[in-house]
Amino acid sequence: MTRAAERVSSGRPLRARLGRDDIIMRGYMTVIAVYLVVALALPLWAMMSKSFSTYRFDLRLYEFQVSDEAGAFHAPPVTAHELNQRLRIASSADLATNADGRLPATSFFPDFSFRSPVKYRIRGTSDDAVYLVGSDRTSGTQWVELSSNEFRRVMLRPVAGRGLDNYSTYFSTPSLFHSIENSLFIAFVSTVITVTLAFGFAYALSRSCMPLKPVFRLVAVLPILVPSLLPGIALVYLFGNQGMLKELLLGHSIYGPIGIVIGSVFFTFPHAMIIITTALAISDARLYEAAVSLKASKWKTFWTVTIPGARYGLISAAFVVFNLVITDFGLPKVIGGQYNMLAVDIYKQVIGQQNFEMGAVVSVVLLVPALIAFAVDRFVNKRQVALLSARSVPYAPQPSRRFDWLCFGYCALIAVFLVGLVAVCQFAALVKFWPYDLSLSLRNYAFDLMDGGGWDSYYNSIEMALWTAVIGTFVVFTGAYMVEKTKGFDSGRSLFQLLAMLPMAIPGMVLGLAYIFFFNNPSNPLNALYGTMAILVICTVTHFYTVSHLTAVTALKQMDREFESVAASLKQPFYKLLSRVTVPVCLPAVLDISIYLFVNAMTTVSAVVFLYAPTTTLASVAVLNMDDAGDIAPAAAMGMMIFYTNAGARLVHAILSRGVLARTQAWRAR
Amino acid sequence: MNKPTFLLGALAGGLLLTSGAAAQTSLTVYTAVEAEDLKRYAETFNKDHPDIQINWVRDSTGVITAKLLAEKNNPQADVVWGLAATSLLLLKTEGMLEPYAPKGVDMLDKKFVDKGNPPAWVGMDAWVASICFNTVEAAKLGLKAPGSWKDLTRPEYKGHVIMPNPNSSGTGFLDVSSWLQMFGEEGGWTYMDALHENIARYTHSGSAPCKLAASGEIPIGVSFAFRGAKSKAAGAPIDIIVPSEGVGWDMEASAIIAGTAHLEAAKTLLDWSITRTANEMYNTGYAVVAMPGVAKPVQHFPEGLLEAMIENDFEWAANNRKRILEEWQKRYDSKSEPKS
Repeated sequence: MTRAAERVSSGRPLRARLGRDDIIMRGYMTVIAVYLVVALALPLWAMMSKSFSTYRFDLRLYEFQVSDEAGAFHAPPVTAHELNQRLRIASSADLATNADGRLPATSFFPDFSFRSPVKYRIRGTSDDAVYLVGSDRTSGTQWVELSSNEFRRVMLRPVAGRGLDNYSTYFSTPSLFHSIENSLFIAFVSTVITVTLAFGFAYALSRSCMPLKPVFRLVAVLPILVPSLLPGIALVYLFGNQGMLKELLLGHSIYGPIGIVIGSVFFTFPHAMIIITTALAISDARLYEAAVSLKASKWKTFWTVTIPGARYGLISAAFVVFNLVITDFGLPKVIGGQYNMLAVDIYKQVIGQQNFEMGAVVSVVLLVPALIAFAVDRFVNKRQVALLSARSVPYAPQPSRRFDWLCFGYCALIAVFLVGLVAVCQFAALVKFWPYDLSLSLRNYAFDLMDGGGWDSYYNSIEMALWTAVIGTFVVFTGAYMVEKTKGFDSGRSLFQLLAMLPMAIPGMVLGLAYIFFFNNPSNPLNALYGTMAILVICTVTHFYTVSHLTAVTALKQMDREFESVAASLKQPFYKLLSRVTVPVCLPAVLDISIYLFVNAMTTVSAVVFLYAPTTTLASVAVLNMDDAGDIAPAAAMGMMIFYTNAGARLVHAILSRGVLARTQAWRAR
Repeated sequence: MNKPTFLLGALAGGLLLTSGAAAQTSLTVYTAVEAEDLKRYAETFNKDHPDIQINWVRDSTGVITAKLLAEKNNPQADVVWGLAATSLLLLKTEGMLEPYAPKGVDMLDKKFVDKGNPPAWVGMDAWVASICFNTVEAAKLGLKAPGSWKDLTRPEYKGHVIMPNPNSSGTGFLDVSSWLQMFGEEGGWTYMDALHENIARYTHSGSAPCKLAASGEIPIGVSFAFRGAKSKAAGAPIDIIVPSEGVGWDMEASAIIAGTAHLEAAKTLLDWSITRTANEMYNTGYAVVAMPGVAKPVQHFPEGLLEAMIENDFEWAANNRKRILEEWQKRYDSKSEPKS
């Protein structure tokens, strides 16, 4: 087979036949594509269809017969539908309800009195008819005879159907659709503030010669290591009614938009900072030289060179932040007070009211802004490529005393904000009984006495994070390899790319809910996964697939395709090339992917909050649950455990990277 | 096409191995009982029945109820031990409970047993609404202790009262439904309109208001007595007040989930759950238990709690739940701006 492909043919144009390698690679790519379909597309489909499943009272299903005062049934049976047409009791809109809907049978008998000697009979006209007598579920076409006093306890139950009723209910309930506006507002404000602050920080890092740059770089990524609800807890300690700095808010309440925005800025800062730093780093020094020789003022240079150069990075950062804020659920739940946001609404509908259909509707609504932000970001990213040219000269900042100290002051301020919030949490975790007993103790670390799963959940989290890191890195990297290095098969590859980008646009909350609908369906062969550690790992890998995939693809793109050609001419199968050359060369990226997955698996709340089981409670969810129950200090303590674990993992990662770099990347240095 | 399924299966299998299995019968028990009590409950039960191992699934009432309903077509639980009766009533109307009359069920207070024959669920202990009042913060603010629900609407308490959101908390719904029953439909809503003016914010959890009162964040928390007693025992400067009009209550109850593969073991557990030993066990935390004459006063619990419990119509509450929540949401939840 391979020999045939290699033989040089003269005459007709060469068309490579599929070698064994290609077949294996395409097959493997298909496997991972199917994984993404099963772990992402199908659950989302299940959720979409849930949002269209409606409940309505079907009045034709019920038949009544009323006796005379003596208890004899002479009157002919009559259906509820006929009664309703005659009396006009319930309009068509009134008959739309949710899964918990109950319609008193007595509402069709305006002169009903529970003291009357009249007797009632009820039966279904088909087996679908379900009604309650008291709290007993009854169905079927048998007549059930009841006294007036019993009949008043008869409740009709709705039947399931399909339609847009849930959506019309959603958009006609102000307390529900108002959240859209709130979510957009908060996301917009947070985005503007975060991107502005992060730009200043990144600018200082790349354009000044201020001291302590590595320290600032380190501090700026701290928020990535903690669950998003931790800043919420810190803000309660700082600005709550018993807060240390309460006066700074001038009488405003931290519970609400103010708190959500401050917290959002905290936890999205590193994401924006990293993207913008990258964008500023690729600026071309020649443009600055040109500006200097044209005698342009610094201010003018800034607006005509720096900003346009970084604009794609800025836009990209803005959309990432926007998406993170609008889909985050932990923070508004902790500090949002009465301020309703979409992600919290999903939780309220599903957990508070067990209204899964409405939860699905809110999820779909939340999907829209996230998808738009995602699409814009993709569009922008596509255009970014043209900006870099091979002749660009990297910009090197010149020392300037005043400017450097200004930058230093600015970064120090941001650093104080970031470190401060984390430090407050550590303080909160150690104080015995805030604010009455400020002595320090480790009592709040006695997690086994609190809601949320105790120390087990901490160990579970570590186990989950490790599995996620190992399995996720393997799946993501090999998937990216196949998609990058497979020859031909363009349609399959672009479809795969699309699937790999999709998780970025799916809010974790929506993914988690979709998993319940999809996996907890007895007719689903994958049902056995429900309630296991495996489903948490699958969900987390899928949730964080996109960024990992992009990292892998970027690393692989740096490797020349010549390697494949050389391997092919040496008759080496692709997996040998992969293990001997590609993986060692890309090892820094592989390590980056695994630490990314590990850290995020430790902190994620939204995706797994619906999915954990008794043996798989997680630390991040425990933080949420403990805070929810009012155990704020233990919640902070658990949050800090996550922080230290992640910091430790980062340290191990740094040491490993250095060792690995020394061993495998020596060739890079000349 | 089989490959991914196999792959996922193998993955699941590998991960499942770590959880391990015991040789004896093990029951998956869903519960909303406080985490710190669970160990004690299982240990006391295992003294009498060492052959049945309990695997707890614990979460807040809302989460457990949502979980049970989501798993309706494919139940994972064998038994529910310690979930709000309101929730069990909901499960009953969905036909999810296996009716069973545990041995000695007639020893229990009628209030604590489902009216069906055989009953679908049996109660354990009552869980009574109360007000947690932080005396230290109140003194700072110059607030007097409220004596009744109506007192909470006095203008001086503006912004100093916190209660659970009935849309996300069972305790919150309990409060709202009890006010509607006590003050009548119209009076109830008028009362809540006035109360809303004083509410600092609505929490998602039922125990949070008391814990927030305990930590002085908001001086007055509408919560339940049990939580108040715990916080007080932990050293919080709070008083637990039983409002004079009477208090709403719910009970923790138990039931067998229909379709369980371990029916015998489930029955054994339910039989045991209503014994005197079990009731004495509940009594360590709860002042009111299902078996009359067992309860001893519990430290830090307010007096007169049993007498103040209203005649709670659970069926009415369940049948009107959707309507009440919608009305509540319309009146109070759409005001999105928090009050400072």
